[in-house]
Amino acid sequence: MVDMRTSLGSLALPNPVLTASGCAAAGRELGQFLDVSALGAVVTKSIMQRPRSGRPTPRMAETPSGMLNSIGLQGPGIDAFLATDLPWLRQQGARTVVSIAGGSTDEYVALAKRLYNHPVDLIEVNISCPNVESRGQVFACDPLAASRVISAVRRAAHPNTPVFAKLSPDVTDIGQIARAVTDAGADGISLINTLLGMVIDTETLRPALGGETGGLSGPAIRPVAVRCVWQVHRAVPHLPLLGMGGILTGKDALQFLLAGASAVSVGTAVFHDPTAPVRILAELESELSRCGFASVADAVGFAHRSPAERDRLRGSIDVEGISA
Amino acid sequence: MQEIGEIFDVTRLGSYTQFTVVAPGVARSFQPGQFVAVTVGGPETSMLLRRSFALYGVKPGTQFAGTIQFVVAAHGRGTEWLVRQPVGTKLDLVGPLGVPFPIPREPVPAVLVGGGYGSAPLLPLAERLLELGSDLTMILGAASADRLFGQLAAKRLIGSVTVTTDDGSAGQRGRVTDPLPSAIEQLGAQIVYACGPMPMLAAVGEVAQAHAIPAQVAVEESMACGIGVCMTCVLPVRGDDGVSRFVRSCVEGPVFDAGRVRWADVGRLPADLFGADGMGH
Repeated sequence: MVDMRTSLGSLALPNPVLTASGCAAAGRELGQFLDVSALGAVVTKSIMQRPRSGRPTPRMAETPSGMLNSIGLQGPGIDAFLATDLPWLRQQGARTVVSIAGGSTDEYVALAKRLYNHPVDLIEVNISCPNVESRGQVFACDPLAASRVISAVRRAAHPNTPVFAKLSPDVTDIGQIARAVTDAGADGISLINTLLGMVIDTETLRPALGGETGGLSGPAIRPVAVRCVWQVHRAVPHLPLLGMGGILTGKDALQFLLAGASAVSVGTAVFHDPTAPVRILAELESELSRCGFASVADAVGFAHRSPAERDRLRGSIDVEGISA
Repeated sequence: MQEIGEIFDVTRLGSYTQFTVVAPGVARSFQPGQFVAVTVGGPETSMLLRRSFALYGVKPGTQFAGTIQFVVAAHGRGTEWLVRQPVGTKLDLVGPLGVPFPIPREPVPAVLVGGGYGSAPLLPLAERLLELGSDLTMILGAASADRLFGQLAAKRLIGSVTVTTDDGSAGQRGRVTDPLPSAIEQLGAQIVYACGPMPMLAAVGEVAQAHAIPAQVAVEESMACGIGVCMTCVLPVRGDDGVSRFVRSCVEGPVFDAGRVRWADVGRLPADLFGADGMGH
């Protein structure tokens, strides 16, 4: 038996497998296929202040081992979310990570304030949004803008609610952004968001997506995601990380733990298999057991350990034999 | 529900491939108009998104023998993989999904219009309407004869089937909307049901509207998940409150009242759409 408990800052979770923002709506649809309370937590689609139509179709293009999406954060707005979605999640006994998104620091702050008196287990701040006050530059690509948003949200949110910054991989030095949001008061970091991509339709000779560019997700981006988790764990070793990017199996999830994530989000895999999160959780447990880890905590960041540390931590386990 | 089905029969029909799959769970609760989402490419696939197909030929059967049918047109890597699969192949299925065709309580004269393999979901619908005692006629259209689907099955069911092809290679040359007005008038139809490409559904909707009768149409929109999570398959649809929204064709469709769909705005973002003002810039 592996101790599957983990934590993201002050939030204790029974297991380390969560959904990923935008890949589970607000849990209800997936509830037909799995028990949402059995997951580490449900991470909601990013909520914004006002209702949003999202972008015109086509919004999706399949790519090798992945997909591009250009939804444009279609959603009902925070009021409808609080009135219907959040109570439903609570009723199911699901732990709830609310992803928030905005076009200005003020919008993020307003969202954090609206959530103050509601049962929210963690706030994930989606900063991969264009900043309308800075000619549309994405917050997550600018250490200053990113840290402004995070420190403002941290001050506005309930002090007991951990605030995680969700980082974009589309930056030169993700460690620098990680240090900036850590200094700004982030309780943890979620990574990675999608990579910006494009497909051109060779029949119409135009970009395939209505929004022209889209976010690339799925196993195609997994090595990038693992690398980012590795680098950010190096940059801010004491901060809890929620890792994601193309996780399809328990083995994939294990890579993220070993790179330094305390928990993982399962995203695009849900489109392939709506029960993927619970399957991956079961697979991860047997992977941890196979490797001789007694707990999730023992595996977090293990790939960074020196040979001497590994021997001491693993005790009698024959590491050579495992890796063969 | 999610179920591993097994291919029981594969039949080539013109440009299409018809699959009969043992899937008692999907078969059990099926209603005409619903679809199934199928994984493609096998266990180590690089194609993550399910392909969705309208269901027909569903035999609930006994506890052990429920089968479903769907028809595939190979037009991409995923469907090309699927049509190569032999009898006995296991398929990962999620279904039945979506809102079915509304069935009137009383028998109502109806015209059914199918474009290409869009006629597939109309076959079980016709069966259901005939059980009610409704008078039916059916119009099947396609670009060419090899792209017609379900002609024989429709003839067996309801006798009178009108066929149109763009190139005149079968039936009368032209579009399904050419014979539609007279079909509505001759039958005294009170409703039109249709499935096919979007421009055809828009045109069918216009004809129905000109005759002051409703048209219930099933759209063929590409979907990533099929279960209402990904938000990729949206269409601009006017609601009961008169407000237009992007709605998901997988869970709020695939069947819509044609008069509610803003066909001219598909692929666009009309300024009056709910939440369009929240998009900024």
